[in-house]
Formats: sequence, C-alpha cells, structure tokens
Amino acid sequence: MTPQRIKALIESAIPHTQAIVDGDGRHFQACIISPAFGGLAALQRHRLVYAGLGGKMETEIHALSMRTYTPEEWAASRPP
Amino acid sequence: MDIMEQIKTTVHSNPIVLFMKGTPDFPQCGFSMRVAEALKSCEVAFAHVDILSQPEIRQNLPRYSNWPTFPQIFINGELIGGCDIVMELHEKGELQKMTRAAVATVTQ
Repeated sequence: MTPQRIKALIESAIPHTQAIVDGDGRHFQACIISPAFGGLAALQRHRLVYAGLGGKMETEIHALSMRTYTPEEWAASRPP
Repeated sequence: MDIMEQIKTTVHSNPIVLFMKGTPDFPQCGFSMRVAEALKSCEVAFAHVDILSQPEIRQNLPRYSNWPTFPQIFINGELIGGCDIVMELHEKGELQKMTRAAVATVTQ
C-alpha cells in the first residue's frame, strides 16, 4: 500500500474530496478535506473514510491516523 | 455465549471499556499505549480487553462496532472512537468530563 493509492481511494470514494496522505507502507497519516463531512461528528467522518477504503483497513493498512475538515473548517484552521 | 452477545455484555456492564493490544501497563502497540495513558490521566477506573489474547474478540469487534481498527474505546456502551478521536477529546479536556460522568452515573 502507498500513500498515493490511499489518496486515490479516498478521493474517488467521496466526491469533491482532497486528501493529503503520508506514510511508511503500514502506518499512514491523512489530512482529508471534504464537503461530505459537514454536519458529521468525528466518528461518522472516520467511518465514511473507512468505508471508502473498503476492506483494506483490516488487511493492507495497519493504521490510518486522520484529521478531517470541511472546506470551511480547513480555511478557518489556517492563518489568512 | 455467542461472541457478539459477549461483546455486548462487556461494553454494557462496564462504564468505560478499552479494547487494546496488550494491557494498560504493558501495551503492545503505540496507539493503544497513547489511549491507555490518556485514560489513566483522567484518574477513573476503566475496564480493558487485550485483543491479542482474545482472538475471537479481535476478529468480531470490528463487525459489532462498525469500526475496523484498534484500539476502540466504549463509554456507556457506545463507541467513542479510536486513537485519533480519543486524543482529540483528551486535548480538549472532554475525555476527562465524559469518563468522570460515566463513572459517576454508575456509582449513584
């Protein structure tokens, strides 16, 4: 598994999403920005991403650390 | 008892349950260690299940909770999340409030 592949899986599973992914082949970190996260708590956001990765969480990915943002939260999280 | 029933009983008979790799004193995974340390710092009693020594729970908990990875923390029978979510709650000071409230409900 590669960060590029995880990025592609997430971005194709959830429309209009941008994922920035880094990792060593087993452990990955992702920063994910998506309008689909609007109105969802962190638990539901993570479930949405896990669903997009299908069964790969159990097999090819040992751990995926996530930070999830709506586009509005992402804009607000950075200095202007 | 059926394994799903057993999991259900475990998460409903303890106000706080941590399913982890290893034990709070001897964690076998960095993510489990971080969550166990966060819970310890809340100074509340919590139950734990070492999924490495309970392969049947390891295999079936993700199906029960609709959550694919470990650790998993349950408060009052509900999944709170994994390492990222627990650490975020901990940083905000919410974890201590939630765990203390859960324990207080039981002792009343």
